[in-house]
Parts: sequence; C-alpha cells; structure tokens
Amino acid sequence: MVYTPLHSLLSGRELLLQEIPSEFHDSLQSPDIYTMKAIEQNACRRCGNSDPRLLARFPHQACGTDCLYCRKCIMMGRVSACSTLYGWGGSPVEWDSAEAKLSWDGVLSPSQAEASKAIVQAVQEKAELLVWAVCGAGKTEMVFAGIEEALKDGKRVCIAAPRTDVILELEPRLKAVFPHIPVIALHGQSTEKHAFAPLVLSTVHQLLRYANAFDLMIIDEVDAFPFSFDSSLQFAAQKAGKKDSTRIYLTATPSADYQRRFRKGELRGVILPARFHRKPIPMPEIRWGGNWQKSIQKKQIPSPLLSWLTAIIKKQEPFFIFFPHIDLMKEALPLFRGLSLSIDSVHADDPARREKVMKLRGGELQGLLTTTILERGVTIPKLNVAVIGAENDLFTEAALVQIAGRVGRAKEHPAGEAIFFHYGKTEEMKAAVKQIMRMNEEARKRGLLD
Amino acid sequence: MFFQKELCLYCHMPFEEQTGWAGLLFLTEPDLLCEGCRSGLAPIHGNRCDRCSRPMHEQGRCQDCIRWEETPSIGGALDKNISLYTYNSFMKEYIARFKYRGDYELARLFGEEIRKAAPKADMILPVPLSEERMRERGFNQARALGEMAGLKMQEGLVRMHSEKQAKMTRRERIERRQVFEIHPDAPVFRGKTILLIDDIYTTGTTLRQAGILLKEAGARRVLSVTIAR
Repeated sequence: MVYTPLHSLLSGRELLLQEIPSEFHDSLQSPDIYTMKAIEQNACRRCGNSDPRLLARFPHQACGTDCLYCRKCIMMGRVSACSTLYGWGGSPVEWDSAEAKLSWDGVLSPSQAEASKAIVQAVQEKAELLVWAVCGAGKTEMVFAGIEEALKDGKRVCIAAPRTDVILELEPRLKAVFPHIPVIALHGQSTEKHAFAPLVLSTVHQLLRYANAFDLMIIDEVDAFPFSFDSSLQFAAQKAGKKDSTRIYLTATPSADYQRRFRKGELRGVILPARFHRKPIPMPEIRWGGNWQKSIQKKQIPSPLLSWLTAIIKKQEPFFIFFPHIDLMKEALPLFRGLSLSIDSVHADDPARREKVMKLRGGELQGLLTTTILERGVTIPKLNVAVIGAENDLFTEAALVQIAGRVGRAKEHPAGEAIFFHYGKTEEMKAAVKQIMRMNEEARKRGLLD
Repeated sequence: MFFQKELCLYCHMPFEEQTGWAGLLFLTEPDLLCEGCRSGLAPIHGNRCDRCSRPMHEQGRCQDCIRWEETPSIGGALDKNISLYTYNSFMKEYIARFKYRGDYELARLFGEEIRKAAPKADMILPVPLSEERMRERGFNQARALGEMAGLKMQEGLVRMHSEKQAKMTRRERIERRQVFEIHPDAPVFRGKTILLIDDIYTTGTTLRQAGILLKEAGARRVLSVTIAR
C-alpha cells in the first residue's frame, strides 16, 4: 500500500499550516482533511491551556487584529486565534501484520512474564493498566509482547517518556526487536518529524502534535517531572490516544492518586516487587546529618557524611551525593575535591552531564555530586548513594525511592549503600523506606527472591 | 479564582510569596521574573564604550568603534548606542523565544527600562523587518519593544529582503550593499535627532546602515537603544 506524503504526514497528527511543507498547501482542500480553529473559547486546542495568565494578545500582522495566542506551548511554534489545525479524516494507514513479528530470544523472569501477560490482555481488552515495577525490574522487555499483539492487529503504538535520554536509549532496542516495522523516535532534536510509523517513541512534549493517533499508549515514568507537573503534557498524552485506546502506565513510584485508584480497584494493576536478578533492594538508611548547610558555609563537610564518605573512598566504589540546591552543591564541590580529586558535580543544565556520567562508568571519576537530575535512568554497578539535606521538599517519597533504586542493580553486585542524611526526619523519608521494605516483603512472599 | 499567584514571565512557575514589609505593603514593584530567571540576566553597568555600550575596563572608545570610524562613509553613521544587557546564554534563549517562536509578551520585561534609557529624540523608528520576515513572524520584535515601552514610533525605513544576516561573518555584513530604503511616507529627517530601536546590537552593522541612510537624508544625530549586545 502506497500513501501520499500528505496522508502519511497528517495521519494521527494535527498540525499548523507552518508545520506542513509548502508544496502540500494546495492539497489541503481535500475532503480527507478536517480543519479546526486552534484556539476556541479561550482554550488552546493543541495543549489544552485555558489559564488566562498564559494566553496573551499581540498585534498580529497576518490577521490585522489584536490576536490571542497560547504562551504555554509556544516552544512548539505559535498557536494563535487565527490559526487553523489540519488533521487527517480519511482512511487510516495500514501495514502487513506479518511484518509485526517480534524478533527477540531473551527470557522473561516469572514476574516479568506475569506483567507481560497482563499487558497483552489489556491490549486485547482496551483497558487501562498500571505496571508498578521496582527500579531494576526490567521494564522494557515486559512491553514487547503487548506491542507485537497491537501491531499484528494493525494498531498504532506509542511509547512516551518524559525525557529525551530515555527515548534515545529505547530507540535502538525497539528497532532491533521489530526489524520489519518502521520505528521513529521523536524528541527535540529529531529530524524524522514528518514520517509515518506504526511504532512511535516520543517525548511527551512531541505528543502535542498528535491527536487520535494511537491504539496503544505506553507511558513510561508517569510520575516523573515534567509529566506529573505539567497539565498540558497530560492533555497531550490523552489527546494522542484514540478514544478507546489501551493505556499502560509504567512506574516504580506511582503518585498517591494512582496508588489510590489502584487500591480501590478503579485501575487495573500489576506489581513487580522484585528485581530481575532475584535479590532484594538494599534498604536505605535514615541518618542524622546535623546542620549541614552551616557546615558547608564554614567550609567543612558535615561530619556524619564525611565519615561515611571516607569509608566509601577507601573501598574505591563509585558514589553519587544528592543535593537539594545547585548553589550549595557548587559551594561544596571544592571541599569534596579536597578529599579526592576524582569527584565532580552535575546538574540539569550542565552541557558535560553525559560525559561526566560516562567518566564515572569508566572509573575515571569515583564520585559525582548531583541535583535530582540523576535520580532516574542511570545504572552504575557497585554504586552507593547519599542524600544530603534529605529533609528538603524536593526529596519526596518517590524521589527518595528512585534514588535508593540506583543501588545494587547489577546481577554481580546486588548490594550497596543508600543513606538519607537529614537535619530533621520527614514523613517522606519514612514512607520511602517503608515502600522499599513492603516491596521486598511482597517479593519474598511470592517466592521471587533467592 | 481569586488571588491566583503571578507566574514568572519566562519559566511560568508560580511566584513565591513576596516577603518582608515592603512586599506586603506593595512598596516594591513585583518583578516579572522569578529569582532564578532574573539571575540569568547580566545588566551592562559601569565602564563602557561611549559609542556602542561595550563593557570595558575603563571608560573610552572600543577597538571596534575606532575601526568603524576609520571606514569612510559609514564612520559617523551612528552617534551612540545604548544597550541594557549582555547577550549571554540566557538572553540568547530569551530573545530566541521572543523573536523566532513569536512570544510577543516577553517584550513586557524591558518596557520600563527602555523607556528610561531612551534618550531624547525628535522621532523614534523601530528597525524594520523585510516583508518576508514580517509574514513569517507576525510582528516586528523591535516595534514590540517600543510599544511595550510606550514610545510613540513612526515608520521611516523599509528593509529589503536578503539572506539571513545572523549567519554572516562580520566582514560579509559590513561589505553588504545597503539593506534599507527610505519609507515612501517617511517624515522629514533634515536636522532631526533620530532614535532607532532594535533587539540586539551584534556588530553594529545594521544600525550603522540605517544611520548612513538617515544621515544622507539630512539627520543631525542617529542614536539607538537595544536590549542586548
């Protein structure tokens, strides 16, 4: 089946005129194309924003009026009251179900297999499903069978994640296991924005350009910033799926709201309490850290942290130390470098972020001071972690569980230390410890640990 | 909804409560930016080139301006440029969102400062865009800055379309033929002091090209204000 470029471009997307290559502009009158006003009743149709503080007027030369525009999704190009969104209302794109064959010869652990089955069932029944899997359970392999099931039925699939790094990591893995199906990866820097693919990997931001496109939406890390925080991204994820789509939420730390819906039975769910290597998650420890800010201002490493770190440095094991503020971290870096020169720091806007993590992996660096940016997604064998100022609001239950989840992930080194140094114990710390304890107990009960 | 918190103009995060009596009694003008975004901006203060506002160790004239003045015909085209901020990485992103993404509202941040910095002039002209750029962007960023500052502006120049100037070297920019023409309905420039408004002073070529034209038309002085350099 061959499709016109316009058909491929607009299938499942809603685009502004400036996002459509000009050679197609004459074909937009086709009865297969529907149009709508991009801002209606003071709400942006692309991102759902209706907050008057994020809608503004400007003297628009194109329409000659004081035109309303959406400031919330401005980074994706300006949506204004006189713009039109174009979508495809004609026949859908089809592909040969034989091409959707999964080529993967890995083996799932019993609990991964259970989750995989639940996902396949959710695809067949068009249901919503929460997959609550501890850090290190091996989430990616669990979704393969469900994706294959959907693609075989001619259904379109999307895996959305909040961060570009996750998409970049998923892309080669999914291309390898679905070698005969076009797969595209969309993030801020990708160049394939116009292509059609049955399987789309996308940052949640890029979903803003989709509408009514996917039969299966897999949303990774629903609890992570910015997705959990930004209502327009949730709107985008909702809009990108078809009305009766299957929605799979993958997370290690579901929000209170998801947990509540799950416990009440409003949301179907499957819990994976054990890591793929069948060893318990190392228990984090809550430890008094003293008035750590004052120590740092006095140019001293807080003594409880210092004695812990001295032992770790002696053991020659890698470590992360999490800080609540960039400024304090930068202030503290020279103190730590006084202990050992193989310590550096990273934060969200650090252009050398990836490089430094690579150096830690390669053993060139022993430790990194970091903000919460490294709380997810990094796996480093033998890693130990400490949080300083764990009483700060940034360190929620979810953040602390994720941080503790960096430890003991490798099969060969399932142990390690996670210490929350604080200047006043919080409920969040206790809840994080309790959550990990409960998961380990559950895993033991189900016979998932050796 | 009552008492909704203000949002930071740039990052859209809600503002933390104003602390202290001054804030409570509305004695301090609330900032439009949160503390984090505000700290990304680097105001130009202290010693600078008296011609182009380049920050310098001591007051005087910078090498670039000295070189300009040795260039015949363009040397005396611009009498003085005043810039408010350094074109650092934050400003680069800020202007990119304002100008290329088209977030008109971002001009609000500089309204007051431009109004205060603008020297007395007989007429104020925003540096124009070519018709093609204007169609692309929907508004002229230089005019937007003047509007937010409450300045009364006139149209005095027209810009011919050319390839993107941002991608040129200094030499290419300087050697280009004139990019402006006098607007058919332009006011009389003879003997007048004219103030140009633009977003960035990069090499100063654009402003000087406008200056040459205005001086040829008899303008007495040509001044400019930009938010960044």
